[in-house]
Amino acid sequence: MTTVAAPLNKKKEGRGGAWLSLLAWVIGILFVLPVLWMVLTSFHSEANAAQNPPAVFAPLTLEGYREFFSGGASPWPPLLNSLTASVVSTAVVLLLAIPAAYALSIKPVKKWSDVLFFFLSTKMLPVVAGLLPLYLFAQNAGLLDNIWLLIIFYTSMNLPIAVWMMRSFLSEVPVEMLEAAAVDGAGLTKTLRSVIAPVVMPGIAATALICFIFSWNELLFARVLTATVAETAPVFLTSFVTSQGLFLAQLCAAAFVVSLPVLVAGFAAQDKLVQGLSLGSVK
Amino acid sequence: MTSVAEKPATGTAEAPPPGVARRASAWARRAPLLPALVFMIIVTQLPFVATLVISFMDWNAYYPDEVGFAGFDNFARVFTDVNMRDAVWTTILLTAGVVLISLLLGLGIALLLDRKFRGRGAVRTMMIAPFLVVPVAAALIWKHALYNPEYGLFNGALTWIWGLFGSDNPPQPDWISNMPLWAVIFALVWQWTPFMMLILLAGLQGRPLDVIEAARIDGANNWQIFRSMTLPHLRQYLELGALLGSIYIVQNFDAVFTITSGGLGTANLPYTIYQIFYQAHDYGRASAAAVIVVIGTIIIATFALRTVSSLFKEEGRR
Repeated sequence: MTTVAAPLNKKKEGRGGAWLSLLAWVIGILFVLPVLWMVLTSFHSEANAAQNPPAVFAPLTLEGYREFFSGGASPWPPLLNSLTASVVSTAVVLLLAIPAAYALSIKPVKKWSDVLFFFLSTKMLPVVAGLLPLYLFAQNAGLLDNIWLLIIFYTSMNLPIAVWMMRSFLSEVPVEMLEAAAVDGAGLTKTLRSVIAPVVMPGIAATALICFIFSWNELLFARVLTATVAETAPVFLTSFVTSQGLFLAQLCAAAFVVSLPVLVAGFAAQDKLVQGLSLGSVK
Repeated sequence: MTSVAEKPATGTAEAPPPGVARRASAWARRAPLLPALVFMIIVTQLPFVATLVISFMDWNAYYPDEVGFAGFDNFARVFTDVNMRDAVWTTILLTAGVVLISLLLGLGIALLLDRKFRGRGAVRTMMIAPFLVVPVAAALIWKHALYNPEYGLFNGALTWIWGLFGSDNPPQPDWISNMPLWAVIFALVWQWTPFMMLILLAGLQGRPLDVIEAARIDGANNWQIFRSMTLPHLRQYLELGALLGSIYIVQNFDAVFTITSGGLGTANLPYTIYQIFYQAHDYGRASAAAVIVVIGTIIIATFALRTVSSLFKEEGRR
């Protein structure tokens, strides 16, 4: 297959090419190794997890997971809080971002690029600078340890990314198709449903996944603004910062469980990941 | 073609007074944008105004009776504070270190992955994995499962390798205590190299291949092609990666908080401000520090915006 696919490079692909391919494999394995190690250790017993040299082929067990889910404080409330905060804020982001992106691409307002760069500039201001006023506001409004405050903050955190991404997806809708729809007398709803939606649906899905990942990962605000009730999964993980005797298997189980939704969402959105992270500027 | 003939007809069909119609249609265009715009202004701009106001106030939550106007005192205290100056320096080292190393590694790996070889997709997927581990979880794994001097994988691997050569006293360094800042940098490089690699790979795959083939036929070797064709083409992608990386890593809190808890000279600005605010409850000083960080960020962000907008114009030209 490779011989057919790369006829131009073929003459250069000698032994050097094979070494470079091997190098790529070695680097790839080195990068994925800590993740694999985390997964493997999570299925080992605590005694085996703490062995030096590492007990790679030790028998597998679910001890770590059992300890994580039912050993101490239950991880379910934080996991559910994270899920609520991420899903609800992602939904709100899409509700706000899609119309905004429409007004910045298909039927653009005047000075649309200024507006676009305003959104981007908010992403560059350090979040830590807005932390204190939000905390004081929450304290006075009785919103501390309330998941809705996090939802509002996560929405503002992801809205610029979503507006940029959605704008770049919406500008892929061919102008000819929009004109044709207008000629055929299609109203706004019909144009949205049958012309725009089919083209941008994959884009909406990718945007949603990226917003979900960023909300799920967030630590600083969740740590400052929540306590016992609205605690999220990353905050729950911080209880592992100081070591507690034999706890490595449990820690790896916890890290893997909390990362699992992101790993799934990320691999699903793999192809759109760059576009999202570069705010739509790289295709 | 028919659309040209029909367009004026639909435009004049309703015929209200022209000025009113134009204003109404301008508002109809703006309407979908407004909710998002208003939301962003309220949630992101108002807090910064508040921060600015508080930065000029004497306000410590431990002394609620002594709230008042402080002038530039907080700024003076921030500028003379040794911890704060260290934090600025740490932030620069941390950000520059992570961005430069991950950019170089990302470039090398992107070049390797730009070739066709067996399992290219698998290697790409493996490379992305570090970026998809929740940052706190990743930092915890590095701290406990890799760096730990007694049972971490690094020292475990040293024991194993030394064991192969029949030695039973392998070196067992305490990685985090010996090189705390590098420990944080390596963990972050591991997470951010995939990001750089993805951006640069996208850039490489957008290269005009026919021109490169022509150069090769004209006798240019790989290094010449890389130096005078690939690198200039990649320049804007390198800039974009560096600037976006800087924006995210300047703000890093998770890794510093988890791996060293800001100890051993690794407290960066976000962590230091978090401490002044969350532990010392000195709201005035925390706000002054935040204002200074914002000003610093605006300087970097101006360059960043320029880069993004140049990419943006290029896309417009297409």
